[in-house]
Amino acid sequence: METRIVTIASAVGLHARPAALFVAEVKRHGIPITIGRPGSKAVNAASLLGVMSLGLKHGEQAELSSEAEGATGALDELVAFLEVDHDAK
Amino acid sequence: MTPSERVLQGIGVSAGGAVGPVALVVPPEPLPDEPRPEDPAAAKASIVAALDAAARGLEERAARLEGDAAEMVLMAAGMARDPGLVEGVDEQLAKGFGPARALHQAFEVFIDQLLALGGYFAERVSDVRDVSARAEAILLGRPLPGVPELTEPSIVVARDLAPAETALLDPALVLGIVTADGGRTSHTAILAAQRGIPAAVRVDGALDLAAGTLLALDGESGRVTVWPTSDTVEALQRRAALRAHVATLSGPGRTACGHPVALLANIGDVSDLPVGVEVEGVGLFRTEVVFLSAQHAPSVDEQVALYEEVFAHFEGRPVTVRTLDAGADKPLAFANLGEEPNPALGRRGYRLGVRIPALLADQLEALSIASRNCGALVKVMAPMVATPAEARDFVDAAHAVGLQQAGVMIEVPALALRAHDLFAHADFASLGTNDLAQYTMAADRMLGDLSDLLDPFQPAVLDLVAHACEGAASRGTPIGVCGESAGDPLMALVLTGLGVTSLSMAPSRVAMVRHALREHSLDTCRAMADAARAAQDATSARGAVAALASPALLELL
Repeated sequence: METRIVTIASAVGLHARPAALFVAEVKRHGIPITIGRPGSKAVNAASLLGVMSLGLKHGEQAELSSEAEGATGALDELVAFLEVDHDAK
Repeated sequence: MTPSERVLQGIGVSAGGAVGPVALVVPPEPLPDEPRPEDPAAAKASIVAALDAAARGLEERAARLEGDAAEMVLMAAGMARDPGLVEGVDEQLAKGFGPARALHQAFEVFIDQLLALGGYFAERVSDVRDVSARAEAILLGRPLPGVPELTEPSIVVARDLAPAETALLDPALVLGIVTADGGRTSHTAILAAQRGIPAAVRVDGALDLAAGTLLALDGESGRVTVWPTSDTVEALQRRAALRAHVATLSGPGRTACGHPVALLANIGDVSDLPVGVEVEGVGLFRTEVVFLSAQHAPSVDEQVALYEEVFAHFEGRPVTVRTLDAGADKPLAFANLGEEPNPALGRRGYRLGVRIPALLADQLEALSIASRNCGALVKVMAPMVATPAEARDFVDAAHAVGLQQAGVMIEVPALALRAHDLFAHADFASLGTNDLAQYTMAADRMLGDLSDLLDPFQPAVLDLVAHACEGAASRGTPIGVCGESAGDPLMALVLTGLGVTSLSMAPSRVAMVRHALREHSLDTCRAMADAARAAQDATSARGAVAALASPALLELL
């Protein structure tokens, strides 16, 4: 299993818009990926409701995991995605 | 006999007045009793089909909408297609619930979690409830819940409105919106304001109103008058008419005595361009939007295209571009200097540009190219400059690539204090009053608990503004304000009195500030500035200024 730890950059946390954009990115990769706080229960990263109800806030750490083949590139891209503030206006 | 008048107080989120009968959004009917499903697989199939139908219905609605409204409805459709939800349905069916109850409970699990999180997260709950109610209605073969079909112009009263509902409201029949829940950032608030429908949220007692009850709604103050008297209705209509009149005013910013104060817009990209509001140019074009979401530094060519797109709309008018204001708390994926213990005091704005010179050099080059290709009067300014020497370096760099008008933001108290030296170099300056207040008062802008210290009427902040204006005046250099205080009509008068020559604000604030300027002479503005600086605290400063303001302005505040 591959895992990555990432700090949430979105200024308002992983809520509506940033969460929807993230879930769309996850679905684009088409492999099973989970997200959660390091060491806690993880949810399906392709689930908008699941991701939002984690309530990940700006500056918090999240853990991405996948057991799928070829997850390395997908996880790296998702880490890079979460390190950008998609709420910025 | 008509019942006597009473007032319900809420939060005004979309300005305007409305008088009309209540159209009540009836909450969904309770779920029926269901036996334990004999065939869980068939039950699941029917649930998935209902969710799919709900998603398709929402997607069809989204296709008829544009912009934010379409995005919100599409997000709701995404919830109906959520794989996590189907996992939840499996769990609920395994507990022995019937299909409608299993579907409902699967949504409730997420709703409870979002409510427990509070804030922004809890404000999404009405969207989730709406998707849930739609899918349940489809599953049960019931009519879709939502706003009843309106037969006459009405004020829609609901617990909260989901995006699909708000987005589809017919402005011809919806006079106003009153909700018991919601908040300043909920969909109801955002969409009502966008569509110009007066609205108040968090109105206590809204759900006890009966259909047909006459209401008078003031979307500015959030006051909802139940069974209003004719006096109340007249006062509301007079204010609404005055505001409508103010919105039609045009022409450059002038005081009553003709002293010019340019009225400018703050924008982030072309989508923010003022629509239906006359402005004299752009006083703050924030360029970080394109950088913050990028994985790699945007090329000069990419930047040129973006800047030209904005400049093209301002032929012959000034556009003041703020160079990249990122770093520290607004990290860039491609230029991250690492975490800092105190980002507000860290390597941000111009300081980042000094440490990564290519970032600033590329941006100045792109701005120079774009300005040569367009007829806009392009000015550039750097954020987070602390010393006259930094200002000189930036101005020299801008002049060197052919950008003739170069200046700085005054956000750091040190620079305001050295304004006289600053203006030996800068062609202009713009006061960023939000950050100037944060640094003067040593109070974090992000901490709501300290908002009284950040009141723009804090006399210490006004002293610094006055000092900066004196420095500008001594050299005959223009000095503007592009912080939020420029859009506060009373504060705009004070700033004018202090010597500010342009005010840049959210386009929606321009009309009221134009009106405020026209109602007052420069002498009155100066007296207001003196009164504010003579006050001991922010509250009495505001009071002293209001005491000098014209009734025609005060009635509208």
